[in-house]
Amino acid sequence: MKKAFPILGLLTAGLLTYALYQALVVAPTEQTMGDVQRIFYYHVPSAWTAFLLFSINFLASVWYLLRRNPVADMVAVTTAEVGVAFCTVVLVTGPLWARPVWGIWWTWDLRLTSTLVLWLIYVSYLVLRRFSSSGQTPVLAAALAVFGALDVPLVYFSIWFFRTQHPQPVIGGGGSIDPRMLHVLLINWLAFLCFAFLVCWSRYRLEALWREVEEVQALEALAETGSDRR
Amino acid sequence: MSAPTGITWATLAKDIRLEWRSKDAINSMLFFALLVVVVFSFSFDPNAEESRHIAGGLVWVAFLFAAVVALNQTWARELRNQVLDAYRVSPAPANALFLAKALGNFLFVAVLEALMTPLFIIFYKLRALGPAWQLIAIAVLGTWALVVNGTFFAAMSLRTRSREIMLPLLLFPISLPALLSMVEATTNILTGENSAKFWIVLLATYDVVFTTGCLALFETVLHAE
Amino acid sequence: MNDPTTARSPADPIIRIDNLTKQFGRFAALRGVTATFAPARLYAILGDNGAGKTTLLRTIAGLATPTRGSVAILGQAISRDIRREFGYMAHPSLLYDEMSGMENLGYFARLYGVRDSARCAQVISVVGLDPAWQRPVGQYSQGMRQRMSLARALLHDPKILLLDEPFSNVDVRSAGEMVKLLVRMRDAGKTLLVVTHQASLLGGAADEFVWMQNGQITNRTADRSFMGIA
Repeated sequence: MKKAFPILGLLTAGLLTYALYQALVVAPTEQTMGDVQRIFYYHVPSAWTAFLLFSINFLASVWYLLRRNPVADMVAVTTAEVGVAFCTVVLVTGPLWARPVWGIWWTWDLRLTSTLVLWLIYVSYLVLRRFSSSGQTPVLAAALAVFGALDVPLVYFSIWFFRTQHPQPVIGGGGSIDPRMLHVLLINWLAFLCFAFLVCWSRYRLEALWREVEEVQALEALAETGSDRR
Repeated sequence: MSAPTGITWATLAKDIRLEWRSKDAINSMLFFALLVVVVFSFSFDPNAEESRHIAGGLVWVAFLFAAVVALNQTWARELRNQVLDAYRVSPAPANALFLAKALGNFLFVAVLEALMTPLFIIFYKLRALGPAWQLIAIAVLGTWALVVNGTFFAAMSLRTRSREIMLPLLLFPISLPALLSMVEATTNILTGENSAKFWIVLLATYDVVFTTGCLALFETVLHAE
Repeated sequence: MNDPTTARSPADPIIRIDNLTKQFGRFAALRGVTATFAPARLYAILGDNGAGKTTLLRTIAGLATPTRGSVAILGQAISRDIRREFGYMAHPSLLYDEMSGMENLGYFARLYGVRDSARCAQVISVVGLDPAWQRPVGQYSQGMRQRMSLARALLHDPKILLLDEPFSNVDVRSAGEMVKLLVRMRDAGKTLLVVTHQASLLGGAADEFVWMQNGQITNRTADRSFMGIA
């Protein structure tokens, strides 16, 4: 397993380079938006990856609540953290693209707003993990993750209806995407998935090591107090 | 064995009795609510026509702040002398405790709202152009939406450091769809421009989903030590 | 409802603890405690502050979830039926300061499904207090509060009593009365686990002394010569 890591790392680096080349050079320039549109090849794959990671976080949390398996909890921490990172990329690249194209940084559009709310929910999840003082952090976190997942469809519908009531700037898109663009998009997504997997893998290993260290330190602390016999 | 509903009522009666004797929460809360209304009225001073459009948001955000302060008090009473442990070692079901606390908070926040609303009406010269009776449905469903998750997350933040700050951090993101529904529904009724039906249905769905979620997970959270 | 006490021979241990570990982050309060406790005996659990006595009692009572290992009461893991079988008295009073003794016990009686309204008054008399007192518990002296707390633990007439520092801040005469009461209950067939650092108070009463140090049971003895009492 350990040998696979550098191999996968190299593979991912190669794939990301190839995807970057595809996005910047090979993909045709969009007619109305121009080169700005190319940020789309980072924006969309990040979003898809973040949603995938959040879904895994939900499944792992349910698994943890049912089985109390520490592996599930470690998967949940990992996917939440990496998911928040990718989601942040989405929220940063979105306005960067919107400003030149729509003339505004932000609008309370359905996708933008639900992504923002999703980001807020998972940030609060990470805050809870950090501030929890009991040894039962995983249980609390898993419960919050389930609540967050229950909230997602409600967020989506509420914002969808909110939008139909309030006039919004017309958003580009609509109509079909150029097949060459789709091809580049999928290559980029593949590269992002590999990258996300790589990051999750090392984050997971880090978490496992942390827990091991904590255990050893707990035992050492006991051995010390045991030997001085107050 | 006593039925869970019996325990719920006994716990609710006990909480009301304790609050009646100590008046810890109610006095500070009433004053806080009054302050919120006054501060908001200073900050936004629109004419009657504009206020119709923003009052829904102002009123509910004010209620949300007041509710958070009330919710933080819920479990404080059970922490003194660690009385919560006495409940946890007993065979009484966890959900009976949860329902009692949620109902207690509902009563409490409803009283606050009933006292704050006339002030808002006076300060903002509000008059509904749509069907005003629907506001009652919105108030009941909306308050329950804030309180059911608030009670749950307040119990969760008992297990965290700086628990009073944790509650809004956990509660606000999850409550956004409910808050949006309350605000939009209220605005629709005040302006009479749109129907509030969709929002009321969404709010009811939110209540059902999260009441179920809370009842399914409260025992786990209560015993997470 | 099935009675968990049926089909058990009287010689079976009433509490069985197996390799119990409880960690709070890096601090391990219990480290691999294995022990059994026999029915109808009075155990004194002794040790310095921080030895793990309170955590042991809380874990047996199901208040703290074990990090590893297990606790079985009457041969079963903690459940709502098992919670009916023991009474728990903690270092804090577990009473509402603003209510009178009768009001407090009236509420806790509901939690245990105790319907008999005379039971509350009876149990208050048993610990040597007056049920007619209207004063809120918050105005009691420390010793009176401790006795009311004991009354709360006795309310549903449990088979097992888990008592954490029942004599702290209690004057010597009252403590002597409490010890007599505990002995009477032992003689009536109840099992008592009494955590204390005042070994001398239980010197003549306890059937066995259990010493704890650094999260482990270091010694168990029925011999009371260690305190110079014949």
